[in-house]
Amino acid sequence: MVSLVTRSGIWFAVLLLAVMASALAKDGGFAIHMAICALAALIGMIVTLRQADVDSIARGILKMPDQGRYDDDPIRWGVIATVFWGMAGFLAGLYIALELTWPQLNLGLEWINFGRLRPLHTSAVIFAFGGNALIATSYYVVQRTCRARLAFPGLARFVFWGYQLFIVLAATGYLLGITQGKEYAEPEWYVDLWLTIVWVAYLAVFVGTIVKRTEPHIYVANWFYLSFILTVAMLHIVNNLNLPVSIFGSKSYPVFAGVQGALVQWWYGHNAVGFFLTAGFLAMMYYFVPKQAERPIYSYRLSIIHFWALIFLYIWAGPHHLHYTALPDWAQTLGMVFSVMLWMPSWGGMINGLMTLNGAWDKIRTDPIIRMFVMSLAFYGMSTFEGPMMSVKAVNSLSHYTDWTIGHVHSGALGWNGMVTFGTLYYLTPRLWNRERLYSLRMVNWHFWLATTGIVFYAASMWVAGITQGLMWREYGPDGYLVNSFAETVAALHPMYALRAFGGLLYLSGATIMAVNITRTILGHTLRDEKPMTETPYDAARDVPLAGAPAHA
Amino acid sequence: MSAHSTYDLLRHLADSWGLLVMTFVFLVLCLWPFLRPGARQLSDEAATSIFKDENDGE
Repeated sequence: MVSLVTRSGIWFAVLLLAVMASALAKDGGFAIHMAICALAALIGMIVTLRQADVDSIARGILKMPDQGRYDDDPIRWGVIATVFWGMAGFLAGLYIALELTWPQLNLGLEWINFGRLRPLHTSAVIFAFGGNALIATSYYVVQRTCRARLAFPGLARFVFWGYQLFIVLAATGYLLGITQGKEYAEPEWYVDLWLTIVWVAYLAVFVGTIVKRTEPHIYVANWFYLSFILTVAMLHIVNNLNLPVSIFGSKSYPVFAGVQGALVQWWYGHNAVGFFLTAGFLAMMYYFVPKQAERPIYSYRLSIIHFWALIFLYIWAGPHHLHYTALPDWAQTLGMVFSVMLWMPSWGGMINGLMTLNGAWDKIRTDPIIRMFVMSLAFYGMSTFEGPMMSVKAVNSLSHYTDWTIGHVHSGALGWNGMVTFGTLYYLTPRLWNRERLYSLRMVNWHFWLATTGIVFYAASMWVAGITQGLMWREYGPDGYLVNSFAETVAALHPMYALRAFGGLLYLSGATIMAVNITRTILGHTLRDEKPMTETPYDAARDVPLAGAPAHA
Repeated sequence: MSAHSTYDLLRHLADSWGLLVMTFVFLVLCLWPFLRPGARQLSDEAATSIFKDENDGE
């Protein structure tokens, strides 16, 4: 064990370097970011010097039970972080939806205009909400399925706090106008380097736990988690190969230029969807759906085919984001063909998840958590059908750059990723805090219906908006001129934008109910006095053998 | 080697031997859980392994 002096010395050196970098900064944003890093190092130093037992303090504040057979503390922090960042991300999403409908809400402030809040929203929901959910559930699943405690407990805690620092740096950066301008890869070079360190630590914890497993077989959920961690590492490093203008400034430029840069960006961007939002969340599905249904996965062998097909096909689908651009035609066609082929493994996975309920379909009526998982899988199926369809060039020529794409992304994100995460949070909270059950099951049901109705409003309004937009953009008159100006298309979409914001409001309301429910479960409030989800009335008249039909003819 | 001949080489590798090898590896990985001895029983054991610990260590 490293001595106290060495550890606090390291913190002090980091603090000093951050303060110096802040003083020498070429731009205001970098100065603020280095000040945040200095603050983080200061907190780290104080915790070290006071020899504070962070685990015990957190256990006291967050009402967490003592550690059991598995190392569950970072998972409990992760559950709380997931709910917190989810609320922040959904709220930002609702606000920018309202900004698009009523631009006065920009208030003339550069920090909260749509262009800066939009990456804040996408990063908050994907990387903060989704990322925390993935890290927490991967720690949970890998320990249970390997029957081993987390390898490197210190490193596992570093991953949690380091990831939160990454989120704070990314989010504040967007508000300050610091961005690489690449979708889902907006953070600048120094934040990227920090994430790389955190991610390698994450890989070490995950692989270390698998290596020390006492269960011979590695359960399929871990395959999906591992592919998610490895692929995201590869994508992140390649897409962020940037040269900073100054090591004391926030601006950097990519080493790839032009169409090569665009291809690398969308190879990254689409596989962020494929491996972060699909493989990682499928890992959650393959563990938590069978556990909640109390039935093994429908076909284990189908899950293995699902896995390899995703791995082999997804990585080639990126070029469909660059149809009708300077990218060579064969590469566009390649992206399209692989996207269409992806439809099969995606539906294989959906069928595998849904058929797990074979023989227990009544659980959809009685168990609101199962209901969420089923809706999530249904949206996985719908969005993985819609995606390949939109990647076909003829369809894409209508849908590209329109709100249809936004609708598609949200049916996947709100429906699939959101619902499966909510179900998992509801599964985990009572178990991690040793509660009898959730504070309220009726509130889960309310959450389910608010979220589902919200998605319907969102996706339906964006279909109408997108197709309207696409048709208006391409319409030209007999003299060969375009019929509509861009401003006219915007005006035509106004009611749809209002409906989309309403859908977002419903979704946020559902999530608020979840936040209350989970908080009350954690605090150990007495269970809500409510009507049970299901009654099992006994009808003596019907509880008789079939009459008139002899057993043997 | 010039940039263009690297491109040309990789391009031709990608739609001939590269494609063939990838397809073969993919098929072997997919067929393996069906063809190896005792495949069905091993799959069933793996699928039910998550229920072995009744209380999940809590």
